[in-house]
Amino acid sequence: MSLELRAVTKSFGALIANDHIDLKVGDGEIHAILGENGAGKSTLMNVVYGLLQPDAGEILVDGEEIKISGPADALAAGIGMVHQHFMLIPVFTVAENIVLGHEKTNKFGILELSKAKEEIRRVSAEFNFDVDPDSLVETLPVGIQQRVEIIRALIYDAKVLILDEPTAVLTPQETDELLRNMKILRDKGTSIVFITHKLREVQEAADKITVIRRGKVVGNPLVTASQEELASLMVGRPVALDVYKKAITPGPVALSVKNLNVHDITGRRLVKNVTFDVHEGEILAVAGVQGNGQSELAKAIVGLEEFIDGSIVLDGKDITTWSVHDTLYSGIAYVPEDREHDGLISSFSIAENLILDTFDTPPYAKGPVMSPTIVAREAEVRVKEFDVRLQSVQDSAASLSGGNKQKVVLARELSRPVKLVVASQPTRGLDVGSIEFVHQRIISERDSGKAVLIFSTELDEVTDLADRIAVMYRGEIIAMVAATTSREDLGLLMAGVHPEGTRS
Amino acid sequence: MTQVEVLSLSAPERRRRRMVVMMGVLGVFALVAFFIIPKQHDKATFGFVMDKEWVAVHEWAINSRHGSLGFAILAILAAILAYFQFRARKTIRIASAIFGVSFLMSFLCWAASGKFIPLTGLLQGGLLLAVPLIYGAMAGVLCERSGVINIAIEGQLLAGAFASGVLASLTQKTWIGLLIAPFAGALIAYLLAVFAIKFAIDQVILGFVLNVLVIGLTDFLYKRLLIPYQTTWNSGPILSPIKIPVLWKIPILGPIFFDQTIIVYLMYAIVILIHVGLFRSKWGLRMRAAGEHPTAAESVGINVNRTRFRNVILAGAIAGLGGAYFTIGAVGPFGKEMTAGKGFIALAALIFGRWSPLGAVSAALIFGFADNLQGVLSIIGTAIPSEFMLMAPYVATIIAVTGFVGRVRAPAADGVPYKRGESV
Repeated sequence: MSLELRAVTKSFGALIANDHIDLKVGDGEIHAILGENGAGKSTLMNVVYGLLQPDAGEILVDGEEIKISGPADALAAGIGMVHQHFMLIPVFTVAENIVLGHEKTNKFGILELSKAKEEIRRVSAEFNFDVDPDSLVETLPVGIQQRVEIIRALIYDAKVLILDEPTAVLTPQETDELLRNMKILRDKGTSIVFITHKLREVQEAADKITVIRRGKVVGNPLVTASQEELASLMVGRPVALDVYKKAITPGPVALSVKNLNVHDITGRRLVKNVTFDVHEGEILAVAGVQGNGQSELAKAIVGLEEFIDGSIVLDGKDITTWSVHDTLYSGIAYVPEDREHDGLISSFSIAENLILDTFDTPPYAKGPVMSPTIVAREAEVRVKEFDVRLQSVQDSAASLSGGNKQKVVLARELSRPVKLVVASQPTRGLDVGSIEFVHQRIISERDSGKAVLIFSTELDEVTDLADRIAVMYRGEIIAMVAATTSREDLGLLMAGVHPEGTRS
Repeated sequence: MTQVEVLSLSAPERRRRRMVVMMGVLGVFALVAFFIIPKQHDKATFGFVMDKEWVAVHEWAINSRHGSLGFAILAILAAILAYFQFRARKTIRIASAIFGVSFLMSFLCWAASGKFIPLTGLLQGGLLLAVPLIYGAMAGVLCERSGVINIAIEGQLLAGAFASGVLASLTQKTWIGLLIAPFAGALIAYLLAVFAIKFAIDQVILGFVLNVLVIGLTDFLYKRLLIPYQTTWNSGPILSPIKIPVLWKIPILGPIFFDQTIIVYLMYAIVILIHVGLFRSKWGLRMRAAGEHPTAAESVGINVNRTRFRNVILAGAIAGLGGAYFTIGAVGPFGKEMTAGKGFIALAALIFGRWSPLGAVSAALIFGFADNLQGVLSIIGTAIPSEFMLMAPYVATIIAVTGFVGRVRAPAADGVPYKRGESV
């Protein structure tokens, strides 16, 4: 089955998310749609799937125009979608999730699940998916949840399968497996639309490529194009993909974490007996798939977790039980994982956001009085230094793009005298240009002798920045390895497998 | 999220531990308060017969102190049994049931010293007082499982009570009152649905405003219409109980469950239908999907807002029918604000029952029983001031909701309006 889009346009207020997009996905091909975050890829696919209505344009299936006014129409036309945020109901079983919307019932209106379970077992066996129809979705690892989504699309006869950023939540091994499965599906006749911003995956799996930038199609490079070519097409200017880092010798230990445990309020232990040191002038990267305790570890270090035991020593002082305020003032810069909610107060001005942690100290405050003039003047200096693109420092933080928001967070955190920088997912969702800036800034902090601890799920980021790598899996640091460790070995470690020779 | 090993106790186990501790403390309290401190040796008498059912025991009399002691010890033993079941990681349902009954009997032996308590009547009255709570809680289940918070249960009950009372009075036919009550409740629910779903108004404030609206409106009509023209407008007949053949003759249980009005029998059917439907039917699956993850439901072609709309209206109809209990099911004429906060207690029962139909029914029965016990004890007269007895059901509610429920998980999207295309 082929899918064709002609001049599809969709705007949200003044923002044109899709501007006359043409796309042709042929029978049995993997068609990659490549673009940065916010380029309009997901919007386009939500239009195709009927979750959004286009302002203009046509959608054709096998050469005939069809009207898609809701997901039900898309499914009927043979279009299936695996969303970036899974469309599964956590408290339902696999079978219940799959029959939802297409339920078969007996004459009393009671659900008949046995047929569906049989189908699920059949498809699962055909692709070696190992999915049990009776398991509760919330107990399944994300990789399996994604397979549930794929099985659902297949059971409902999807001939075109849209995968929206399918690898964002997967381990490198799961990613490889998914790419393999995509090829198997293609060989059996399913067309696949593969949405991603990861160049490596495009090169590995795609038959055709369409690059989208700011809502427009900017090119259809060949699959043989180099990563640099693809990246510059995506960003619109030449990009240096490699990070330059000079070798320096680390100094004494700055942060020392010993036997740290973090529990959540229901008593689950999310961080287990974690012990590590970070030296001055060193970047320690904590790698791991999302949800393996990294977020909690980062929060515990700055004092944001309630149920912890063990010890956290910064520069000789035991800060384990200190308040967040005291912890930050003892010399920690903290870049939180969710900059929208935890890093900034969206309705405050940029200038106010820049002094969230120093508003009560000179020069901003004299006794109980805060000086807006000085706040604004200092803000101007900071935004220049950190290259924040804005209209005015008095605008609300919500008006900034993702990259600029992150620069504001960095500008605030790095303007205090600190010994340690803790950054959680520092470049998640940023455009390539901002990633470059953030990476350089992190390296320059390290070069100036600060200890840096970053948490990242992106393997490229980890290998580019780290001097040493700690791998977290199910709350434990299961390995402490050199920065030269291969991607394959890191991938195995992130999946909880110790490859030969890395046991530490 | 990746699975994390459960090191310490899981949430249900923590709740069980809390319950075991509470049972132990209460058991010892019973021993002290009902046996050690009181020095009364009168007999407490319990009656078991109400009507012409088959009789197992007529009545049972026991020395008050001995009874209190015996049942207090039984309660403590039940707490110990619960502890061992907890240690063995089993559920403690049976032990807690034994505990509940023993504690209560220990209390009654003390309170009824020298007096007579009609036990069957006490239970039957408890069931009756639970009827509006159960109807209200079932309305809550449908609303909140589909994703709309229903604070307006009180208003829906009151509207049902008013409409059925007035219509039954005008026509002098109970069945017309019974028929109109669901429509009155559904009308309030319609307002809730339109504003909550279509206009995405804050549902807690909205529900509250609807309650005020219904209270104001019925008060006004009551003063201006029902009082001046009482004979035509407010002197409705009441439903008479229907004895279910054979079943009503079962000793103790028969008169309690099978000698009731049609409203109670309808309630049994509604509870069973909702319980089975919620977990095993297409209707229930879609309702829960809309309340848990509306975007996911929409992505498989379910119209989330329509699903919610229908279930909210249906919920209103059920609450309205429950409202009919206050008038044609009990006293006949309508009285000013006669629901007296039952809608809110129903809401508490819903939460105490963890949004499950059977859980909510159990909670409603406990609340209803506490309410009736208070009434009975204040009539026979006990050492406890009647003001405290009046507080009992509400104290029970607070203890139940804070102490036993612990952290409960509401439907994930409960109270969150859904707009197509916004959250994708």
